[in-house]
Amino acid sequence: MNALAQDEGSQNLATYNFAYLDEQTKRMIRRAILKGIAVPGYQVPFASREMPMPYGWGTGGVQVTAAIIGPDDVLKVIDQGADDTTNAVSIRAFFAKTAGVATTTATPDATIIQTRHRIPETPLTQGQVLVYQVPIPEPLRFLEPRETETRKMHALEEYGLMHVKLYEDIARNGHIATTYAYPVKVEGRYVMDPSPTPKFDNPKMHQSEALQLFGAGREKRIYAIPPHTEVVSLDFEDHPFEIQHFDQPCAMCGAVEVYLDEVVLDDKGGRMFVCSDTHHCESRQADGHRGALLGESPGAGDDAGAEKEAIR
Amino acid sequence: MTAIPQTNAVYEGGFSDPVGASQVVFRALMDAMARPGTIQVLPDVTAPPAPLSASASALIATLADADTPVWLDAALTKSSAIRDWIVFHTGAPVVSNPSDAAFALVAAPQNLSALNGFSLGTQEFPDRSTTIILQVSTLSDGAQLTLEGPGIKDQAQLAPDPLPQHFENQWRANRAAFPRGVDLILAAPGCVAALPRSTRLVRREA
Repeated sequence: MNALAQDEGSQNLATYNFAYLDEQTKRMIRRAILKGIAVPGYQVPFASREMPMPYGWGTGGVQVTAAIIGPDDVLKVIDQGADDTTNAVSIRAFFAKTAGVATTTATPDATIIQTRHRIPETPLTQGQVLVYQVPIPEPLRFLEPRETETRKMHALEEYGLMHVKLYEDIARNGHIATTYAYPVKVEGRYVMDPSPTPKFDNPKMHQSEALQLFGAGREKRIYAIPPHTEVVSLDFEDHPFEIQHFDQPCAMCGAVEVYLDEVVLDDKGGRMFVCSDTHHCESRQADGHRGALLGESPGAGDDAGAEKEAIR
Repeated sequence: MTAIPQTNAVYEGGFSDPVGASQVVFRALMDAMARPGTIQVLPDVTAPPAPLSASASALIATLADADTPVWLDAALTKSSAIRDWIVFHTGAPVVSNPSDAAFALVAAPQNLSALNGFSLGTQEFPDRSTTIILQVSTLSDGAQLTLEGPGIKDQAQLAPDPLPQHFENQWRANRAAFPRGVDLILAAPGCVAALPRSTRLVRREA
């Protein structure tokens, strides 16, 4: 797919600026990114542009990526951990075409990783930038619909309502039932929505080596977590924050302590659990790790991968 | 102001490759802001009239446009050349009141009286603050500052010079106003560092 950038099609795209956005838009987004980094967790309003894709497909993330990307960058895009879903493939192709950048599916090779709803299992390194696509950036929005009020709550650091919400979870279910978009407090100040990542990924945000940028296109907000920043999931002393645990290893690569997707196999209750991070799973299989459903044949991996794709 | 400057200095010395140059300059600045205490290399892409430095002018040309009022310190307003250069190359309005500015360019930091004369933003909108670009001669040979905060693993060192008077006290006051406050960009020859408002100064042992 890297060859796409170099084809003659890019000649005909001379009417587009590098990375699609015009320079004034990039400047505006860049200024918002700098403010976001300076005030970690604070949602900076920005003049989000209409993009050649619908809201909900990552317009915020795409605008952030377009504002920071350069010709030497290597871009990886994941959607729920997968490099091979429509959203991920389209956005990779978009930047290969409009910016002529190299793309990859390998986490360690990427300089910019745009993500929808997952953080890669492979630990990120210094120099990498993780760009999140965010649908609803305001963690308090479902508790208080008025922007004027939530803004005041952030200004006054008034986050009692969020704790009440978590408490009500406990009162109803006996435990905190929030499993994704689990609210975090950044550097002891702003409560932030980590975008709908599973809470499994929350600990990876804490003291990350990589810069994390969040773009919400429809809601017109950009926020950021610099590297080595405290990101604490909200909890109670008697109900401490816990991540999901899985009873079985990945059926394809045998990985444990990774986030697994449940895949229904037939209409008789058959199911398997596989890594949500496709690059992690594939590189483990390449290293010879074999899960319960993969058998011993080296060719089996392709079939099972295709099956998984069909089910999605 | 008389209309025609004596030289072409005002019209020349902008980005020859605005798209590429501003991206490279921005990434250096973004890394500097995300990792306070680190020194990032800036390419030599602008040639502004003196005393505006190449680094500071590259940064302002990357960041400023018609939406961002720019304030200039006394050293930069001695002649109209700097003002004209900025207006011509960025389109940014130059303002005389520091609290109206989105960006401030300071060529003589030692003469800068107070950081809190700039806009600190509001508690609701802390992003509506001034970002100050200080033109410094060095980032490693001045009095050492020890930094802590987001973007810094344990501690980081930076030794910029010159800095505004009573800088450590001023910066503590700026940090105390968090999330309001100004952000500093330190533009040295060929390189850039940053002190976002989230950075704390560690008091030196007496």
